[in-house]
Amino acid sequence: MSHDHPEQIHHMGLSSSGHPFRNDNDFPLTCWQSMEIAVRELLIEKGVLTSDEISRQIDAMDARSPANGARVVARAWVDESFKTRLLANGTDACGEMEFDIGPLNLIAVENTGDVHNLIVCTLCSCYPRNLLGFPPDWYKTRAYRSRAVVEPRKLLREFGVELPKNATVRVHDSTADMRYIVIPARPVGSELMTEQELARLVTRDSMIGTGLPLEP
Amino acid sequence: MTEQVRVRSMAPPGHVRAPWYLRGKTGVIERRLGEYPNPEQLAYGLQAERKTLYRVRFTMRELWGERAENQDDTLDAEIYHHWLERK
Repeated sequence: MSHDHPEQIHHMGLSSSGHPFRNDNDFPLTCWQSMEIAVRELLIEKGVLTSDEISRQIDAMDARSPANGARVVARAWVDESFKTRLLANGTDACGEMEFDIGPLNLIAVENTGDVHNLIVCTLCSCYPRNLLGFPPDWYKTRAYRSRAVVEPRKLLREFGVELPKNATVRVHDSTADMRYIVIPARPVGSELMTEQELARLVTRDSMIGTGLPLEP
Repeated sequence: MTEQVRVRSMAPPGHVRAPWYLRGKTGVIERRLGEYPNPEQLAYGLQAERKTLYRVRFTMRELWGERAENQDDTLDAEIYHHWLERK
């Protein structure tokens, strides 16, 4: 995209710097926005919460990132008994790592040479936010939600994941109270790496199942 | 031993967590997850009964027939007890 003709760019819905144009929010609050403000102000007024507590909670929610999930995966790679506990009860095992995973009920599923796992929520956008932060936009699209269950192999190829012919694909639809994380297979050549180094190989997509960990 | 179950083929309105594409389909219980407040009531602020939740595993053959990419690939979903019937 050339920056030479800003007036043309503007016609394409882009600002003169070439970024998508976004309208100012010069419109009244929606019903939900008004209600959120009213409830928040009442909670503060009545001394149930302080505004500091609310700010801290927002910061804590924004701070959640795939780095949390990556620590869990790296621990599972280096500690066989932790992995066994994680697969048996994901919620309790994450608790051991002092993550506050709140009301999350976690199921961990393991990729092996024969099995590849893929996570989707066909009904909405359930996602293990405490471990992975906010979901990527594509995770909530109708295309991903429908294709993950109908043609997961084709979808995975588009994400760049080539599976061995004899591998079984297991798709997990988070339809109710559970959230899922994939424990990807530990990369070949990572045998001498420390837990902290290993965590850096674990990508967000590898924990959704749409990707593989980085190579060492 | 595997326990075969079928997702009930019904279509009530509301905040239902049994996806349409699984209704009437047969799978096996992968694990029992315990009891959770029924989301069909919870979503409307009603007193929610605790219902047993299962993970049910379906083959892609069962879901999509000949159209399945790979017949033996599987799909697991969480289905509440009142949505299941014994096969």
